[in-house]
Amino acid sequence: MSELEQAIPLSRPESRTVPAVRSRRLSLHRLKLREQLLAYLFLAPSLVLFGVFLFYPLLQSVYLSLHSTDPAGRIAGFIGFDNFAALLSSGLFLKGIKVTAMFTLLTVPAGILVSLVLAVLTRHLLRGKRVFQLIFSLPVVMAVGSAAVIWKFLFHPTLGMLNYLLELAGLPPVAWLINPDTALLSVSLMTVWMNLGFNYIMLSSGLLGIPEELYESARMDGAGGSTLLRRITLPLLSPTLFFVLVVSVIGAFQTFGQINILTAGGPIDSTNVFVYSIYREAFVNFRFGMGSAQALLLFVVILLLTLIQFKWVEKKVHYQ
Amino acid sequence: MNIRIQKQLLRVVILAAAAVPVLYPVLYSFFMAVMTPEEASAYPPSLVPHSFRLDNFREVFATVPIATFIGNTFLVSAIVMLGQLITASLAAYAFARMSFRGKSLMFGLFMATMMVPWEVTMIPNYMTVRSLGWLDTYMGLTVPFLATAFGTFLLRQFFLQVPLELFEAARMDGCGHVRYFLQHMLPLARPALGTLAVYSFLNMYNAYLWPLLITSSKSMRTVQIGISMLEFQEATSWNLVFAGITLVLLPTLLLLVFGLKQLVRGMAAGALKG
Repeated sequence: MSELEQAIPLSRPESRTVPAVRSRRLSLHRLKLREQLLAYLFLAPSLVLFGVFLFYPLLQSVYLSLHSTDPAGRIAGFIGFDNFAALLSSGLFLKGIKVTAMFTLLTVPAGILVSLVLAVLTRHLLRGKRVFQLIFSLPVVMAVGSAAVIWKFLFHPTLGMLNYLLELAGLPPVAWLINPDTALLSVSLMTVWMNLGFNYIMLSSGLLGIPEELYESARMDGAGGSTLLRRITLPLLSPTLFFVLVVSVIGAFQTFGQINILTAGGPIDSTNVFVYSIYREAFVNFRFGMGSAQALLLFVVILLLTLIQFKWVEKKVHYQ
Repeated sequence: MNIRIQKQLLRVVILAAAAVPVLYPVLYSFFMAVMTPEEASAYPPSLVPHSFRLDNFREVFATVPIATFIGNTFLVSAIVMLGQLITASLAAYAFARMSFRGKSLMFGLFMATMMVPWEVTMIPNYMTVRSLGWLDTYMGLTVPFLATAFGTFLLRQFFLQVPLELFEAARMDGCGHVRYFLQHMLPLARPALGTLAVYSFLNMYNAYLWPLLITSSKSMRTVQIGISMLEFQEATSWNLVFAGITLVLLPTLLLLVFGLKQLVRGMAAGALKG
């Protein structure tokens, strides 16, 4: 191009400005291209890791679920949807879902309600606020491994502290983890305690975002405590509450550690939640294909639940 | 005024009543950790310890390699924390301040990773790690967790709050993306980086299922598995299990005491503002 321009006799000033503009445009183009390259360079570490450890395994799960595997985890043969059919017809899937749903109902509403009450009460505290904040956030540092072991001792049927306290109160002892009727309830109790820290921190930080002036002006207008809660706190906190709800439900459906330590799915499968049966299928029975099929069903269930929450519950959420 | 004081008092009473059961399991472990074996397994159990036996801690160190476990877990958590800070801040910067083709597609892809339950990828990941020969290695424990969509999202929200004018002014002075990111954005984002650091460290320190699956030798185990190992050893008495729990709990407890304000503020600033 530049040769062509040199060949055509043009008036001097023009021949000087055109290449200048062009080169500026060219360098701008090159600059944009460089920014694109740089952006992908910035994204590359995350993308590579997600690719290898998230998107590839997701596809691999689908592939595995359509095959049977030998005990070493190698593919033994294509079996189509047999794994899924077996899961659905044997009732394994339905039973797992039932226990998990029950567990979710026992832990999520109670967990959110308790932490909400505590967060609201600490917010307006004049003294000792930091101490209470620390106490109620404390369970967040409890790993599921340690927490479950502590509660295993608290639940101990003969030597445990809980039954001792019941005895002191003149009540009959409870078999906690040993009785199929109370096992899930006991695990739920421990789980509510364990999740309290995270919920409390999230809700407290959500409350931080509500300006104090709103309360003051409402009080000036003569609003009482319950009105403030219903008209200001709950609506303005609803995005946080919604976030906590979604995260809690997903978390409840992914529960594993406390089940493995406290009950190992028993007694008589009364606490055999979904992830625990995936674990047992894949890493105890070494049936990776079946385990993958279960895991994919779990994915579908979680996805549906999340979508339902976004569709129905989020309507009630008040975004500023 | 009188009514207000009464209200405050009522609040404190309710909170104190709630604090007892929340705090109790932790206190219970501390109490059990210093009891003699006889007292720890006596009935009726003692509400407060009548013995004070610090030898328990020495015995824990002798029974299981808890120091190795703690060291391992600190190393693994620190590597993952650092890795996540690097990958997440780079990606977050690209999403917040750079323009490139396919940006919204990429962002959607990142967000989608939060939806996939970890259990779905667990089995293939185990097989990947096995075929790479990473079973029972630090690589296997850390590499799958080095990227985080949650962290990227958190930091992006923070980066977006830094005024654009600052960036434009820096650009005028001939400051490129790399220099602006390193010298301006990262120092400004220290609170958000701190939140992510605390969060990812805690998460990794407390990880249970993945380390359980891929480690087999005692020298590679992490603390959470060490605790359940203590519990499953028939010979160990309760007081030793709790001494172990106390030892494992102390580092994260300290982290919470110093990082709580950070955690509460950072979560509010990052996770929830659209």
